[in-house]
Amino acid sequence: MPELDRSAAHAASVPWWNDRRVRAVLYQIAVVGGVVAIAAYLISNTLANLESRNIATGFGFLGREAGFGVSESVIPYSPTDTYLYVLVVGLANTLKVSVVGIVLASIIGTVFGVARLSRNWLVAKFATIYVEGLRNIPVLLQLFFWYALITEALPGPRQALNPVPGVFLSARGLRFPEPVWQSTHLLMLVAALVGIAATWALARWARLRRERTGQLFPTVKAGLALILGLPALVWLLGGAPTALNIPELKGFNFQGGLNVTPEFTALLIGLVLYTGTFIAEIVRGGILAVSHGQTEAGLALGFSRGQVMRLIILPQALRVIIPPLTSQYLNLTKNSSLAVAIGFPDLVSVANTAINQTGQAVEGIAVIMAVYLTVSLSISTFMNWYNRRIALQGAR
Amino acid sequence: MNTNRIKQGLVAASVVASAVFVGSPGRAVAGATFDAVKERGELVCGVHSALYGFGAPDDKGVWQGIDVDVCRAVAAAMFGDAKKVKYVPLSAQARLTAVQSGEVDVLSRNTTWTLTRDTANGLNFTGVNYYDGQGFMVPKNLGVSSAKELSGATVCVQTGTTTELNLADYFRANKMEFKPVTIEKYEEVTAAFIAGRCDAITSDGSQLAAIRANDTPNPDDYVILPELISKEPLGPSVRQGDDQWFDVVKWSLFAMVDAEERGVTSANVDEMLKSSDPNNQRLLGVTGDLGKGMGLDNKWAYNIIKQVGNYGESFERNVGMDSRLKLPRGLNALWTNGGLQYSPPIR
Repeated sequence: MPELDRSAAHAASVPWWNDRRVRAVLYQIAVVGGVVAIAAYLISNTLANLESRNIATGFGFLGREAGFGVSESVIPYSPTDTYLYVLVVGLANTLKVSVVGIVLASIIGTVFGVARLSRNWLVAKFATIYVEGLRNIPVLLQLFFWYALITEALPGPRQALNPVPGVFLSARGLRFPEPVWQSTHLLMLVAALVGIAATWALARWARLRRERTGQLFPTVKAGLALILGLPALVWLLGGAPTALNIPELKGFNFQGGLNVTPEFTALLIGLVLYTGTFIAEIVRGGILAVSHGQTEAGLALGFSRGQVMRLIILPQALRVIIPPLTSQYLNLTKNSSLAVAIGFPDLVSVANTAINQTGQAVEGIAVIMAVYLTVSLSISTFMNWYNRRIALQGAR
Repeated sequence: MNTNRIKQGLVAASVVASAVFVGSPGRAVAGATFDAVKERGELVCGVHSALYGFGAPDDKGVWQGIDVDVCRAVAAAMFGDAKKVKYVPLSAQARLTAVQSGEVDVLSRNTTWTLTRDTANGLNFTGVNYYDGQGFMVPKNLGVSSAKELSGATVCVQTGTTTELNLADYFRANKMEFKPVTIEKYEEVTAAFIAGRCDAITSDGSQLAAIRANDTPNPDDYVILPELISKEPLGPSVRQGDDQWFDVVKWSLFAMVDAEERGVTSANVDEMLKSSDPNNQRLLGVTGDLGKGMGLDNKWAYNIIKQVGNYGESFERNVGMDSRLKLPRGLNALWTNGGLQYSPPIR
């Protein structure tokens, strides 16, 4: 075996610094070391320069009293709370608009994505105009547009529109009655949770039965009946409490009831309609990626059109849809930071105020980045898990 | 490029990148702002983007305002030419970071002098060019005549200001409730108030006057409530670490006040060169070496007065009776007329 001999002799004669494996390790060590060195250099320089310019450093400010007001909050807040707490208030607002936005954008995107494929000319064109119009206008301008529309078009609280008794629409937002909290409501919540759990068990049982016997079970209808029916039943058994906290005009503004502010509404509409266009394109692409032969085969086997869509097309389309959809969910969450432009107190808005009042920009921005990174990584972890679940087994 | 420059460039870049507006970093160097400005041949001045009377471009695109005049005065003292200024419009939020990072040499953007800003934020305030206080403005048809009646009101306020803190303090102290609507940009917060999003808007009194005169569809439909809830001494500031630069900015403003005290104006400054009053001679650089002490030309104050005018001229032209704001001198009158404007002796 002269070939092997030569290469063995060659390997023996190569000095270690020319060995490919040793070099590979050395390069990696050099790269990691370089990155760490640059990071350390930047951090130490920043600290040294902040000190030389007499700018306060450190995270001590988080424990101090914030002292400024926040217009809306999911959790109770007063200006006497700490900076740390006010950042949590901002984060809660960011999560609120992101979660609601992701759900609504998914629905709108799916509807318009399917509509663009419709054979109805009007529906298809309308969907095209929506998608091409809104996704080509910067989202910040759209936010300004919706905010201006809401605040300019609606009257002040004293001339509030009153479309339905108890519901008031003004430049201060949408006020509507809130059920007065009673113990029955807690039981209804429990009933709804029981309904969800029962639906999950039912779906599992139905799937196993289908795999065993081929018989179908109307899981969706039964599930809806459980999730909605059980709380309704509890409500009736609990004496059907109807007490409402109805908004009333007192002083400058309405008191009582629930309020949706113009800032939240404008941000939500802007983000949902903008992100919805991208999701519509992703859904359309996903459906088109499944060959038409699949539909024909399904129909030939005797599936109904709905079953073909639900059992054959969508599961395959989802594999194409999920990865880019994850990016859109992340985009929506990150775009919610534009809230600062229209006065919705999201994390960035609140943190910016904190930065300005304390002057500690570097720390404040670090906090914002760390929080967004955590939120985004959580979303993508969840979506990756879901993607793996629906992926072809063995096709990873 | 030496290592020092690179170092400072990197730091400035990281600080500026963290600000809302990213500017070109590393332009100025801590401890040597004076030299950097001198070498550049141009002053970079942070101003308000659109506040009539304080800092805003006029219909010909020329920057005007009492704050802008401070920039022009410093440029006149440095280069003998008040036009050698590059204006950087800054939001309330971006302004402090812009000075800290060296994006601007001077911040002259109706900024309140506070202890925190003077210490922990790394700024040095060089004086007060407008003594102000925070107030409220409401639409007349709201039927409110005192800030004490504002409990439960929704109040529009610009973020990143001392105003925001004073607002919370005032309502807390008076055991009243309020809802803030906090918006970053001055233009947007004003538009929201005019659209009726809020019952009241709060800001410095001078700024309320500017909004009323300039931004509302009909100024007579709005009233500024009588209460002033805070002290707001507005003045220019520089970054810490260069005393020479600090002195130049400080004395440029004092020279304008001193000139008003002595009756030296842009119109008569050339005649005053022949004045026999030794104070005038020193101010205008006819005798003595006062300018040299700051590293400037001895004509520094002459150039300021000739090209920008004295403090009174600047006041009347931008915010006083010759402007749309028609603000009275009030606290900003000279000390000799019962106000607070006072210059230490220029000698």
